[in-house]
Amino acid sequence: MSTVNRETPRPAAGRAGIKKELPDHFKDYRHVWVFIELERGHVHSVSFELLGEGRKLADKLEVQLAGVVLGPPGEAIGNAIAEAFAYGADIVYIVEAPLLADYRNEPYTKAMTDLVATHKPEILLLGATTLGRDLAGSVATTLQTGLTADCTELDVDTDGSLAATRPTFGGSLLCTIYTLNYRPQMATVRPRVMPMPQRADKPVGRVIQHKLSITEDEIVTKVLGFLPDSQSATANLAYADVVVAGGLGLGAAENLQLVKNLARAIGAEYGCSRPLVQKGWVSADRQIGQTGKTIRPKLYIAAGISGAIQHRVGVEGADLIVAINADPNAPIFDFAHLGIVTDAIRFLPALTEAFTRRLSPHNRDKLAS
Amino acid sequence: MHIVICIKQVPDSAQIRVHPVTNTIMRQGVPTIINPYDLFALEEALRLRDAYGGEVTVLTMGPPMAEDALRKALGYGADRAVLLTDRYFAGSDTLATSFALSQAIAKVGETYGAPDIVFAGKQTIDGDTAQVGPGIAKRLDLLQLTYVAKIASIDLAAREIKVERRSEGGTQMLKSRLPCLITMLEGTNEIRRGSIEDALGAARSGVLKWSAADAGIEDLTRCGLRGSPTVVKRVFAPAARAEKAVQIDTAEKTLRDTADELMAAIFTRQPALEHELAFNSGA
Ligand SMILES: Cc1cc2nc3c(=O)[nH]c(=O)nc-3n(C[C@H](O)[C@H](O)[C@H](O)COP(=O)(O)OP(=O)(O)OC[C@H]3O[C@@H](n4cnc5c(N)ncnc54)[C@H](O)[C@@H]3O)c2cc1C
Ligand SMILES: Cc1cc2nc3c(=O)[nH]c(=O)nc-3n(C[C@H](O)[C@H](O)[C@H](O)COP(=O)(O)OP(=O)(O)OC[C@H]3O[C@@H](n4cnc5c(N)ncnc54)[C@H](O)[C@@H]3O)c2cc1C
Repeated sequence: MSTVNRETPRPAAGRAGIKKELPDHFKDYRHVWVFIELERGHVHSVSFELLGEGRKLADKLEVQLAGVVLGPPGEAIGNAIAEAFAYGADIVYIVEAPLLADYRNEPYTKAMTDLVATHKPEILLLGATTLGRDLAGSVATTLQTGLTADCTELDVDTDGSLAATRPTFGGSLLCTIYTLNYRPQMATVRPRVMPMPQRADKPVGRVIQHKLSITEDEIVTKVLGFLPDSQSATANLAYADVVVAGGLGLGAAENLQLVKNLARAIGAEYGCSRPLVQKGWVSADRQIGQTGKTIRPKLYIAAGISGAIQHRVGVEGADLIVAINADPNAPIFDFAHLGIVTDAIRFLPALTEAFTRRLSPHNRDKLAS
Repeated sequence: MHIVICIKQVPDSAQIRVHPVTNTIMRQGVPTIINPYDLFALEEALRLRDAYGGEVTVLTMGPPMAEDALRKALGYGADRAVLLTDRYFAGSDTLATSFALSQAIAKVGETYGAPDIVFAGKQTIDGDTAQVGPGIAKRLDLLQLTYVAKIASIDLAAREIKVERRSEGGTQMLKSRLPCLITMLEGTNEIRRGSIEDALGAARSGVLKWSAADAGIEDLTRCGLRGSPTVVKRVFAPAARAEKAVQIDTAEKTLRDTADELMAAIFTRQPALEHELAFNSGA
């Protein structure tokens, strides 16, 4: 029911019940905030991507861009602050407390909602990571405001409201969502959907400290331990410069080796389409697409992948898309830059060989000189 | 133990088509399914009931036809089904949805016993926001445990629960307390085949249909379109890329020549790449 109305919205005029005038108590909400996701000493790159987008929004609105850093005292928080400025923040808000060492919903929600209530931003952006999604939902509910998920485009409307565009139904359509009468306007963006902005060393600017008004005794959930993922390149797929992926066209699990061989030869990460995960040929963290990873490599080679919309939305940010597919009418050729209609099982070894020859140490020395 | 599990009926998005002219979703004839992510939560709920005793109540908010989804859930072995349906709920965003659902859960609790655990799916395949679970937790003041990969233990007497939670780059081991809200990660289990008795029971037993008033909702301004801070202003098709892929011709060429030609085309388009690959590959 909820969806029925939303998918076929009546024209804006039909929503007569919605007045456009922002209630007075929200009128002093200003500035754009980006949540800087610091976990176990490491800032998630999505935060920098968001600072890039936040900068553009703040410039259009002629307001300031702030980074929000929550974390335990130590070197990491200092680095996070410096990086926030280097990626474009004008101010940084911090809440520094030992009990923010591991992410937990209760203290993080408390810290963020208190900050918002005190300093009143008009826009708050978070990464759509497991941490960001967990936090954003609680913060928006506490603040009783709108939250637009997984945006692919953020812009400012002529009247200054945030126009947040997101895919619907796996990317077959896009919709633009507004949070008209509430503040802050909140949105999440998945890693790698926005380009990484230029980093420029800048002096650390204004840092505003805020106290955490919750104590360990008040927090029910305790972290008993943390098991990092095995070294496997899981996290690297989204951020790899070169990715080779295989789909159902590979025909059999063992043919995945052909994809891995090519990936190894060119120093790439390998990935796959969803059916290979469902068949258990590949682990879920290698899936590329709407319900997997979004990638943004310089080169993406897809072998035996048809190019369904749910796959396409995860790879469109690649600089160069190369498709190897037996079917000349495969949809992937509609968005790939280079295509070859051939049997991937025969062709992949040939391509691996071609690269190996070209990139051999001998040729490498020639390149270097 | 009383467990409430929230499920959503969604269109089978593998079969969704978009109207070429109006750009609207063509729902006619599109079959609906239980949101696939919710089945992992449902199975977990049923397993806990089987292990600890008690009851599983399934809850959905949706149009009258969402009853199908509830019947399916009863067929898998749920004990009770509640359909929250009212025209006031039309157009709900996640804030309004979690408001209505949390009111209904409170009512379920009053009527059949307060839930120890409320389950939700990780996300849906249509709205796909993953916001409703956290919304319910916040409103009902339940401890929020999202992306749970495994429930390691439950101590009903001590009201204690230990879970493994997926987080960025690893797994958190958490100790928390009941009542809590859990969103289950996909792939953590497989939904059972319902028994014959459950199938018969599902056909026989009634699905409870609650209006907003039945769920004890007094403030209708917090429901549906009116209670939704987000407004969908525009729906449109993504811009198509103008040109198709440049094809590498394979006719009358050896595999080796074709491969060389494709590689050359790649390096022509991305000249900087050759250096990078050479040094990354470390062949
Ligand atoms: C809610 C939802 C979410 C989804 N999320 C994702 C997602 O995140 N990622 C994703 O990838 N999919 C996703 N999907 C699935 C998606 O719709 C497609 O089904 C899937 O991407 C198809 O995978 P494929 O291209 O490998 O297989 P197919 O569509 O079966 O394509 C196989 C291709 O291989 C070609 N082929 C066959 N033999 C050969 C050969 N010898 N050599 C070369 N080519 C050959 C065929 O011509 C065909 O084009 C999702 C679906 C739904 C409903
Ligand atoms: C294309 C599209 C885009 C949208 N974008 C946004 C947006 O950006 N922000 C926003 O606030 N709203 C948005 N909405 C509205 C939102 O989808 C609805 O509010 C919907 O009722 C719940 O959100 P969800 O499908 O994203 O659920 P999720 O939050 O992804 O669902 C998580 C879990 O909550 C439970 N659940 C969700 N809905 C129900 C239900 N009706 N009954 C029982 N249990 C349920 C299920 O267990 C489910 O697995 C969008 C809707 C559509 C169709």
